[in-house]
Amino acid sequence: MSKEYMAIFNLDEDESDIKALTAKRSIASIPIGSRFRVIDFMLSNVVNAGITNVGIFTNSDSRSLVDHVGDGKPWDLNRKNDGLFLFTHRLLDIANFESKLLQNNMEYLFRSRSESVILTSSYFVCNLDVSKVIKSHEASGADVTVVYTHTETADREFQNCFTLEVDEKHSNVTGVGKNIGYIPKADICMEFFILKKSLLISLIQENARNRRYNNFYELLFGKLKTLNFHAYRFDGYVACINSKSSYFKANMDFLELNVATELFKSPRPVYTKIKDEPPTIYVDGCKVQNSLVADGNIIRGTIKNSIIGRFVVVEEGAVVENSIILQNVRICSGAKLYGAIIDKNVVISENAEYKGDEYFPTVVEKRNMYLP
Amino acid sequence: MAKKNMIALILAGGQGSRLSPMTKVMAKPAVHFGGKYRIIDFALSNCSNSGIDTVGILTQFKPQALNAHIGIGAPWDLDRVHGGVAMLPPYMSEQGGDWYKGTANAVYQNLLFCDQYDPEYLLILSGDHIYKMDYREMLKEHVAAGAAATIAVINVPIEEASRFGIMNTDGNGRILEFEEKPKHPKSTLASMGIYIFTYKKLKEYLIRDAADPNSDYDFGKNIIPQMLADGETMVAHEFKGYWKDVGTIQSFWEANMDLLSTDNEVKLFDTSWKLFTQTKIRPSQYIGNCASISDSIITEGCVVDGEVKHSILFPGVRIDKTARVVDSIIMEDTVIEGNVIVNKAIILEGTTVKASNVIGDGKSIAVIEAGVTVEPNFSGKI
Repeated sequence: MSKEYMAIFNLDEDESDIKALTAKRSIASIPIGSRFRVIDFMLSNVVNAGITNVGIFTNSDSRSLVDHVGDGKPWDLNRKNDGLFLFTHRLLDIANFESKLLQNNMEYLFRSRSESVILTSSYFVCNLDVSKVIKSHEASGADVTVVYTHTETADREFQNCFTLEVDEKHSNVTGVGKNIGYIPKADICMEFFILKKSLLISLIQENARNRRYNNFYELLFGKLKTLNFHAYRFDGYVACINSKSSYFKANMDFLELNVATELFKSPRPVYTKIKDEPPTIYVDGCKVQNSLVADGNIIRGTIKNSIIGRFVVVEEGAVVENSIILQNVRICSGAKLYGAIIDKNVVISENAEYKGDEYFPTVVEKRNMYLP
Repeated sequence: MAKKNMIALILAGGQGSRLSPMTKVMAKPAVHFGGKYRIIDFALSNCSNSGIDTVGILTQFKPQALNAHIGIGAPWDLDRVHGGVAMLPPYMSEQGGDWYKGTANAVYQNLLFCDQYDPEYLLILSGDHIYKMDYREMLKEHVAAGAAATIAVINVPIEEASRFGIMNTDGNGRILEFEEKPKHPKSTLASMGIYIFTYKKLKEYLIRDAADPNSDYDFGKNIIPQMLADGETMVAHEFKGYWKDVGTIQSFWEANMDLLSTDNEVKLFDTSWKLFTQTKIRPSQYIGNCASISDSIITEGCVVDGEVKHSILFPGVRIDKTARVVDSIIMEDTVIEGNVIVNKAIILEGTTVKASNVIGDGKSIAVIEAGVTVEPNFSGKI
């Protein structure tokens, strides 16, 4: 079954509300949940359904992403047949396809032996049983299957996501819109589609001629009237990492036992890159409560309700509360953080204070290591 | 095949019966250590960090765990096109087959493996020592002295010297005499069981040794004394730093506890000399609201809601609310339920200690086997 499907990750994701974290990377490679990256979740979902052909298409700066996914080994995608394919050269700009780029792009689709394609974004964090979606797609006989989730909190979450009008009786999609955050009740499109490869190719070719859409999903939804769209409802935990506040909330969600259990205690594990860090050392006098802590850390200070990445030093007398600390950060003694997101390679100096809240977390941006 | 300057052989066949029950289902080098490692990771990481890309691992006793752990050697960067890691158990040939009869015999039986790489030098290591060492420094001394063999030595307290093989040297590090566990040691330079041989020389001695039916086929008892007797140039390379042979439950516990200070001598946090291992991907450790942790190392997949003091937790360990763990080593996926006191114990992997138990008296080290359930109000041995 899995050989008949390939997966394409479309990383042309809206970064406008999360720019502080994407200045040097794509959303897909933002560290999340102390030791993972955003893309790890959906990539693992796909791999856990036995899919061995994964193409990742990115439009933006991909150094960080390439560094993270590498040859795909952590996901068992370093394969001789199929495996991981990275396309980092503006191939997604489908409104402005140059013929040469288009041909290149098509070459990958044509050469892949799979008959059907999973087209997905990276920024929906969830543990989705993709094999169930495939089964449902096959049983429906639809042209396109789209995964959605029902929410009662669309006024606070899933801002700017596509909303679907779903005929629940027939599991059909009848319309599409955008969540602009006025109505709490909504069916949110999780930007996860299944369709025949031949259909995708013909849609892209058609669009290359008339240049109507500049986004894969709009291109698909443009066919809502002529094609049969099957809606698959996912009822598990899901977060869309498309803003600072949704990023902050998703991290904090990981501290909830039911969320952590669903994401991590599932028979479908979440894979990520290994960094060979030593275990974390908790020094006499430290105080840690309700926190997720990665390996490689030295902790002497106080940590509460926080998410701590790898290679972090929290010095004596430092207090980290309701905060997210990414990799390779030093919090010097006496510093106080509350509602802060501290990006990679940052040193928080002695007695410094950063304060924010869940809606407006204070972000200290990533530093380059070569800067003083 | 292209020539290699130096390749390494790791002796990993030992049973380690004094470490029982840890060695019940695995050879000593495969025993878990330091929160996320296995003992052999030290020798392997040293090879990798010293730029050695060809390593043979000589196995004999229950090698399954080692085989699974080492795989194709990717964690140590030993998945190479030319060279890399090879597991070397005893094998059959036209003349029949033999178990490895001693350390020297094990290497003798693998001369064919070494010959493939036509090495100039051969590094012989033990798979059961805890230390970080740059073998390139040792090779430099070996080459400069034009030696047939160089033996790494460490200065030990005089009162402990009679437990080791002791090297008596002249002022320039040249070995004059070797005494295995001497009653009245003349020096405090103990052999670490790390040798560099000029390969051609060693090959001659191994072939000679193999033909001697009265030999113990052992480096310490036969090869080294014979080379000395023949007047070969033998050099002692003095190693300064942390080194521990974890041969007993006591020394195993101590070596683990040595990791607990941030300036521990093994330097776990030294990113320029990383310790590599095979890692299962797990989520980060979760520290709960009721947790109280001091002086401990904890790793991925752990869920801690109780008290942990001066202890080491391996991946996936669960310490429930109101449990208290002191001076202990808790291995992979073991669960300590509430209202349990663990005081100076080693609890092996996959064990569950049910609520309301006391393990260990804080004096001698209690050891609980792998994969058992310790029922409530347990006392005594399993």
